[in-house]
Amino acid sequence: MSSPRLIWITVLVLGLSLIWMGSASAQQPTPSDDEVNAIARQLFCPVCQNTPLDVCPTQACQQWRDLIRQMLAEGKSADYIKQYFVVHYGARVLAEPPRTGFNWLIYVVPPVAFLLGLYLLFRAYQAWKRMPKESVVDTDRERASAVDDPYIARVEEELSKRR
Amino acid sequence: MVADFGFGILVLTFLLALFSAGAAVYGYMIKNDRWVESARRGMFLTFPLITLAALALIYLLVTGHFELSYVYGVTSLSMPLYLKITALWGGQQGSLLFWSWLMSAFASAVMLRKWDRDREFLPWVALVTAVTLAFFLSLSIFFENPFTRWWQTASGDVAAMFQPAGSLPLNPADGQGLNPLLRHPGMIIHPPMLYAGFVSFVIPYAFAMAALVTGRTDDRWIRLTRRWTLWAWLLLSCGLLLGMRWAYDVLGWGGYWGWDPVEIAALLPWLVGTPFLHTVMIQEKRGMFKQLNMILVILTYVMVIFGTFLTRSGVLSSVHAFAESDLGPMFFVFIGIILFASIGLLIHRWGDLKSEVALSSTSLFSREALFLLAALLFGGIFVVCFWGIVFPLVSEVITGQQITVGPPFYKQAVGPLFGVLLFLMAIAPLSAWTRASLKTIGRAVWKPAIPPVIVTLLLVGMGMRSGPALVGFTLVAFVVFVTLYEFWRGAAARSRAQKENFLLALWHLAGRNRRRYGGYIIHLAMMMMALGILGIELFQTTTQQSVATGQSIQLDGYTLRYDSLAQFTYVDGRYVTRAVVSVFKGGKFLGQLYPRYDYYPDGQPMTIPGIRSTLAGDIYIVLVNWENISVLQTPFKVYHNPLVLWLWIGGFVFIFGTLVAAWPEADPVPALAPGQEVSLAGVRLG
Repeated sequence: MSSPRLIWITVLVLGLSLIWMGSASAQQPTPSDDEVNAIARQLFCPVCQNTPLDVCPTQACQQWRDLIRQMLAEGKSADYIKQYFVVHYGARVLAEPPRTGFNWLIYVVPPVAFLLGLYLLFRAYQAWKRMPKESVVDTDRERASAVDDPYIARVEEELSKRR
Repeated sequence: MVADFGFGILVLTFLLALFSAGAAVYGYMIKNDRWVESARRGMFLTFPLITLAALALIYLLVTGHFELSYVYGVTSLSMPLYLKITALWGGQQGSLLFWSWLMSAFASAVMLRKWDRDREFLPWVALVTAVTLAFFLSLSIFFENPFTRWWQTASGDVAAMFQPAGSLPLNPADGQGLNPLLRHPGMIIHPPMLYAGFVSFVIPYAFAMAALVTGRTDDRWIRLTRRWTLWAWLLLSCGLLLGMRWAYDVLGWGGYWGWDPVEIAALLPWLVGTPFLHTVMIQEKRGMFKQLNMILVILTYVMVIFGTFLTRSGVLSSVHAFAESDLGPMFFVFIGIILFASIGLLIHRWGDLKSEVALSSTSLFSREALFLLAALLFGGIFVVCFWGIVFPLVSEVITGQQITVGPPFYKQAVGPLFGVLLFLMAIAPLSAWTRASLKTIGRAVWKPAIPPVIVTLLLVGMGMRSGPALVGFTLVAFVVFVTLYEFWRGAAARSRAQKENFLLALWHLAGRNRRRYGGYIIHLAMMMMALGILGIELFQTTTQQSVATGQSIQLDGYTLRYDSLAQFTYVDGRYVTRAVVSVFKGGKFLGQLYPRYDYYPDGQPMTIPGIRSTLAGDIYIVLVNWENISVLQTPFKVYHNPLVLWLWIGGFVFIFGTLVAAWPEADPVPALAPGQEVSLAGVRLG
């Protein structure tokens, strides 16, 4: 084999090797278990009830974790992966219902109920203020309370004198 | 034979409960106390009778009568004796019988009390307990009978109480065995505690209904049931705590509370029972909040039944399971009847339940107002939890879409409410009854507020920058120092007045008012638990790695070296995979952990973590069982759970505090006439 031809073949082999090495180094490294779990714990097992994907022991969940690993290796984002699971298995895979349509009720009802309670509390307080100041029952009740617990009443009184 | 005997006793007790309910009402209507007395004795008899039925089932479980479908489903020959006994509550049918057994125990106990002074309550207390017991017994008799046998028919094996036509008895040689997850000590004690807590809340509800029916809407029913309520609350709280510990030890996900609907169903009665315990004190002392207390006790009882319904009807897995279940509609109807009767009575007596006292002088910063605000906050948490488990069912029915309401929803919603509750726990003990102002509270609070401020500055100085953590730890410190300040204040006053040494004064002070100081101990216990919860919720770290023997995993300054792996078959047939892991910190050997993975003959797996607990935090390691385990490639998941041990320590202190609060007062103080001079415990009165 002539030397120019040998040089050309060597250059070609080296070039191909470099291209292969370059493509290999451009590939994503295999995602770690922690990276997979970071996404898996935001998803719920579509098969088991109320079990996050990162701790679900079923075979199906192992496959879904492998799928997350594969998608991460392909460079997919966490949002993309979550959306992929929602599209394929429904909104139940999300830890919280999406804030759309009927689901808004889950987010709206508790604060509305709490504010309603706060309003009722305020109304009750206003009603207290409007009640007459004199009451025979009041005096009896206060006395009964003191009789129930005279020692503590006296301790409180002693302390208030010392303050 | 024994099964027939057990079933017969159940039917007899069911009829007896129905008779007691009828006799109580009839006796009241015709004003004949003999009928009411007959109802009382009937209810008293239910306990020995159901005890016989329960003993019959235990006998069948222990002696391996696998011809019974329940015995077949929850026991096997290889199970130890204690597990065969506790299998009584290891399945649906047995646990319903167990529920009735506990219910009859409490009903019998309440019937045993002296009724001379409160005779008018008796028919209604008997009625409520009898109807509740009859309902649960009807479930056992008609739907979930623990005494049914296996029969071989042409169309397959069926479970039935009586032999179907053309069938042959079936007698399996061995049973399936108890679910491995239920073979943990925590799970053995957890259900009885939880059920006892559930069941004992029936008693305050029964007295409340009696008060509504009879029109005795003063605080007598509250005084009669105060100790019942405290015991019910203690049992329920212990049940919840044991469940948390079981989850931590057995489920292998590094936590104690997953905001699972079953957990929340057990929490719901606690969330309304806890404010009830507080607001009844206001009714006793000030004659206020009668309407609220009635609402809370009704809600607590309804949540007891609702929680049982959720976990027994299958509705949590799917509304379709509920529709197919026989139990679901029965519970639905029963809850409807309870609500209809309770709300009807409440509306009827609404006017009588107005406050006895003039409230015009009650300040917004008074202890009464702060207790009411605390009740509202508990109500807010209750709504979040209730709606969180109900909404997925509503969504499935209306939209057909299945959704998950998971931990992020609950944590975001209840976190701030619990924060405000902690703040109220700090200032409420220092606020005065009736006439408190911001100024008087400020004057009372500033001294115990200094140490929490120092704590916060120290935490910032140590590098803590998490806002929720700083707020949480500051509030915990605030409650702790206020509570300790209250102890110190009272003991110091007594010590000066009585010339006692401080510790003796403290002992006598707490002894003279166990309810108050027991309550303070409970507050301290809650803060220990809060410390543990803050630690694990805000600072938990985790890593999962596959390593070969000799290799190590690093986490938060800890080094966990994988030493060896053993795989063997245990005497009970399970295949055990057990790793040995050495824990080091800063090069110092701390000890060895033994995470294991048990695989039972029936195919059930169980993950047992290796846990190293200290006051500073837990190292928690599990074998990741779903991956391939080998000496060369063993996957471990490691958690560092800071401060979590305080959660369990707080549990013990909590039990102690509740026992102090519930213990009968020694040496009751005689009533004083106004102006009478007497020396009480060294403090001169008059």
